[in-house]
Amino acid sequence: METNRKIIISDPTLRDGNHAVGHQLSSEKIALYCRAADNAGVPIVEVGHGNGLGASSLQLGEAKVSDQVALITARENLSKSKLGIHVIPGFATIERDLKPALDWGVDVIRVAAHCSEADICERHISFSRSQGVEVWGCLMMSHMLSPTLLLEQARKMESYGAEGIVFMDSAGHYLPDAVRHRVELLVDELSISVGFHAHNNLGLAIANSLAAAEAGASLLDGCARGFGAGAGNTQLEVLIAVLERLGYSTDIDLYKILDAADLAEQNIMKNMPTISSNSVVSGLSGVFSGFMKPVLRIATEFGVDPRDIYFELGKRNIVAGQEDIILEVAKDLTQHKGKRIK
Amino acid sequence: MTKSIEKLKIAIIGSGNIGTDLLIKVLRSPYLKCGAFIGRNLASPGMLSANSLGVPVSAEGISYIINNPDCCELVFDATSAMSHLEHAPVLKGLDKRVIDLTPAKIGLMCVPSVNMNDSAVEFNVNMVTCGGQASIPVAYAIGKTQDDVDYIEVVSSISSRSAGPATRQNLDEYIKTTEDGLKEFSGAKRTKAILNLNPAEPCVDMQTTIYAKVKNPDIPNLKKMLQPLTKKIRKYVPGYEVILGPILENSRIIVMVRVRGLGDYLPAYAGNLDIINCAAIAMAEEYAHVTAKIKQEEG
Repeated sequence: METNRKIIISDPTLRDGNHAVGHQLSSEKIALYCRAADNAGVPIVEVGHGNGLGASSLQLGEAKVSDQVALITARENLSKSKLGIHVIPGFATIERDLKPALDWGVDVIRVAAHCSEADICERHISFSRSQGVEVWGCLMMSHMLSPTLLLEQARKMESYGAEGIVFMDSAGHYLPDAVRHRVELLVDELSISVGFHAHNNLGLAIANSLAAAEAGASLLDGCARGFGAGAGNTQLEVLIAVLERLGYSTDIDLYKILDAADLAEQNIMKNMPTISSNSVVSGLSGVFSGFMKPVLRIATEFGVDPRDIYFELGKRNIVAGQEDIILEVAKDLTQHKGKRIK
Repeated sequence: MTKSIEKLKIAIIGSGNIGTDLLIKVLRSPYLKCGAFIGRNLASPGMLSANSLGVPVSAEGISYIINNPDCCELVFDATSAMSHLEHAPVLKGLDKRVIDLTPAKIGLMCVPSVNMNDSAVEFNVNMVTCGGQASIPVAYAIGKTQDDVDYIEVVSSISSRSAGPATRQNLDEYIKTTEDGLKEFSGAKRTKAILNLNPAEPCVDMQTTIYAKVKNPDIPNLKKMLQPLTKKIRKYVPGYEVILGPILENSRIIVMVRVRGLGDYLPAYAGNLDIINCAAIAMAEEYAHVTAKIKQEEG
């Protein structure tokens, strides 16, 4: 296939990857990987707490370094790559978080909401646009909406001023056909760019990303070694290799991105992302990938099966940010356990 | 308190969900009566509903009170922060007490279970936010029973359907006002508020989790203080319930509360809207008692 079509790569290794280490990425690690990604020609490097700007909290886990330190460090170590951030209204406010981030030199702002709640992004998107930076709207946990409803939400973000829409498979739940269908619809109906962010719970992150590219997506997310929440994201260096083989251009140097991935494995990851048995259940039940660590911790504390917690969370349609419900579910499960035995 | 006091005449400005739900609560109150229900559009659902309940309605906004100053002694402002900034000086000039349900935050922040007496002498009180009404009593108890409160964090989840366009556009104001309220009532060095909208169907009840980092956690003492406080809240918000804690998990204090609404004008899952309205009514009833007492003394 000779496409020569360009795909923009956004690399959230230092943002989604923060989920995998309990948000403990240090400024040294941020600096190291930024230099490697910049050297490889990665167009956008996303940095921050796993849930984005202003999200360091007891609810989600406190970050080792503040937004300020993380972003200033990244800025100092990126020359060609743009610096991106993930911003969820309800966590990050314009005054407290966004304005300072702009002062620290952020180039790309991705304003994210649960897939059905695009309208909470109106002010954050229009403010960011007014500041002259690149603005994308992100729809998280997008598998929870039908394609037409997803389009409706994407249209809202477009109307607020987003220059592109990234729909996210936050739970790693999609099969390739579902991704293809959504990209086709969004590309046909929107006048702005469409991007896709995958998780690898069912081993389909690369396949789903390719399906998105083939269907017309112009931006894909990928992380070094797939370093990200839960089972991890699309493995960046593999994605680059496959895109190159298929004739897409990404402006990324293959050898250098392979080197960057090796460096990331040796220096910033405690454990390599794997599709653990719990990740499979998380993907099947459609629960947000960032829930992995608290689910495992609380399952141990309460002596319940984490798989039971996952299926119960899935049944309740729990969304990202509701980590407190894990405790409640675990407590309910311990109480019901006694009753079931009888 | 005497059983039968003269009912205090109130007016409600703002005929949206909050204003209409307030009206139903006022009509049920033995201490309050509604002298005017004021909005901008006589055909809005709230206005139609007020009209059908036999309440005097007006679409003239604040001018109605200026032209009919006898319609009320107390005003609930359920409009917007921006409108309240205009209303507040006018109402002060007319010598009307004000209960402000917008995030304008001109007056003293009022959480009836904690500072009802201080609020009762104020002319303008602000009802903080729904998350503030649910969490501040717990934060206050933490401040009173724990040494060195370094940090309090409050996470509220509300049903998407209970969040109207104003709420969605004002998440930043919600966060700021809630954080300010938490700090003021608990004395914590740092505070953080987070709001999640949950689209799950059937709709989820409002739920709020309070986390605290303190020097030497004292759970028994917190429990002792929280029990009577919860009872006090349940007097005006019957659907308020501590569903978890206080417990110590991962070396932080956690208390989780759930608020089911009364289901007056708004569905029961909208505990977030109910709690702020119930608090406003409790405060107005307190004014009614204070006013009646003054009148009695004046003979």
